[in-house]
Amino acid sequence: MRHLMSPLDFSPEELNQLFDLANDIEKNPGKYAHACDGKILATCFYEPSTRTRLSFESAMTRLGGRVIGFSDANSSSAAKGESVSDTIRVISCYADICAMRHPKEGAPMVAAEKSGIPVINAGDGGHQHPTQTLTDLLTIRSLKGRLGQFTIGLCGDLKFGRTVHSLIHALVRYHDIRFIFISPEELRVPDYITDMLKEKNIPYEEVIRLEDVMPQLDLLYMTRVQKERFFNEEDYVRLKDFYILNESKMELARDDMLVLHPLPRVNEIAVEVDKDPRAAYFKQAQYGVYVRMALILTLLEIHI
Amino acid sequence: MLNVGKIEEGFVLDHIKAGKSLSLYEHLQLDKLDCTVAIIKNARSNKMGKKDILKVECDINALDLDVLAFIDHNITVNVIKNGEIVEKKDLVLPRQIKNVIKCHNPRCITSIEQGLPNIFVLADEEKEIYRCKYCEEKYSENSL
Repeated sequence: MRHLMSPLDFSPEELNQLFDLANDIEKNPGKYAHACDGKILATCFYEPSTRTRLSFESAMTRLGGRVIGFSDANSSSAAKGESVSDTIRVISCYADICAMRHPKEGAPMVAAEKSGIPVINAGDGGHQHPTQTLTDLLTIRSLKGRLGQFTIGLCGDLKFGRTVHSLIHALVRYHDIRFIFISPEELRVPDYITDMLKEKNIPYEEVIRLEDVMPQLDLLYMTRVQKERFFNEEDYVRLKDFYILNESKMELARDDMLVLHPLPRVNEIAVEVDKDPRAAYFKQAQYGVYVRMALILTLLEIHI
Repeated sequence: MLNVGKIEEGFVLDHIKAGKSLSLYEHLQLDKLDCTVAIIKNARSNKMGKKDILKVECDINALDLDVLAFIDHNITVNVIKNGEIVEKKDLVLPRQIKNVIKCHNPRCITSIEQGLPNIFVLADEEKEIYRCKYCEEKYSENSL
């Protein structure tokens, strides 16, 4: 029995198989509509996350399975003080697979150690959010046709952004990738990541202005710059517009560049960009469902 | 010059960083063994300037040397039998250590889950980096 705790739990070859399956589901949804008949997914969400939970629920429902679960700790036995280990032992009696989100880092791993069913980490604090990374990789592979041989710009809060860190770790396993980190000084990518890139001889560059690098990018991964991350209001006001993607910045980009964003978007991508064919963030949400469907089938060892 | 007598069977832990012997005493749980222990602090050392030494008179299988390697693998472990050194053990960094240090990340599941052991895993042997098995927080000196 396998679980998914980190995007690196799967080798690049295994990820390719998973993505092939996701692409087949995309092309032939009818073929998989009853793949999980009689199976139950438990969504154990100890903190609210509507998007991720609904994506899992949509994935299981589209496979013909059913979903049970809770969507915040107050409506679960955790409010009565039950441990994660005890909860998963009970859930294992009710469901065939579990997706768990928890504010405490490592909680899904504790569940996996005691579980009788596969556990998927659906986000644990600031630690991992592997299905988001799988979604990002599937989107890139599906829309670019490859994982590797590109320059990717990661823009916004690169210091605290969990999705960004996971994506970098996942991408370094592929060939010929160049990273451009676009962020204010205060929110630069942590040293342990740049140290890792230096060690692996992977080219990277750190810049402050998005406009300066737009023409070089094959992919632009946007994240939000939150006001509360800045030490003072003045710096925030001075810098915030650098990290808002709008039509005029898009004019500097290549015709085949793609814009990705883990969503929810607040104001870092102007609504006017949505109609640009290079805006791929809503397609990305769709790929999130396909990759979760493929993951559920893979972990349940269901072959169609 | 202080003289401490020979032991018949047990260990002489030499080249302990000066000031660290009491912490070692604690982590080796020597207080739980009913045996003679000599703690020598700030002994003169050509190699280190100052060092601590621990002499423990006990069964040679009674100690968990994994903990010792984690705390400081530069310590020399002399195994004593019949009053003589019969072996000098090389300390190897353990792959993982259980309940020796606590994870200090307040967001880690170990901070709330009942009965969950604190396990640290050797993440980088060369740089001697241990990380919490659950949240991957790096171990730092003050966790000990």
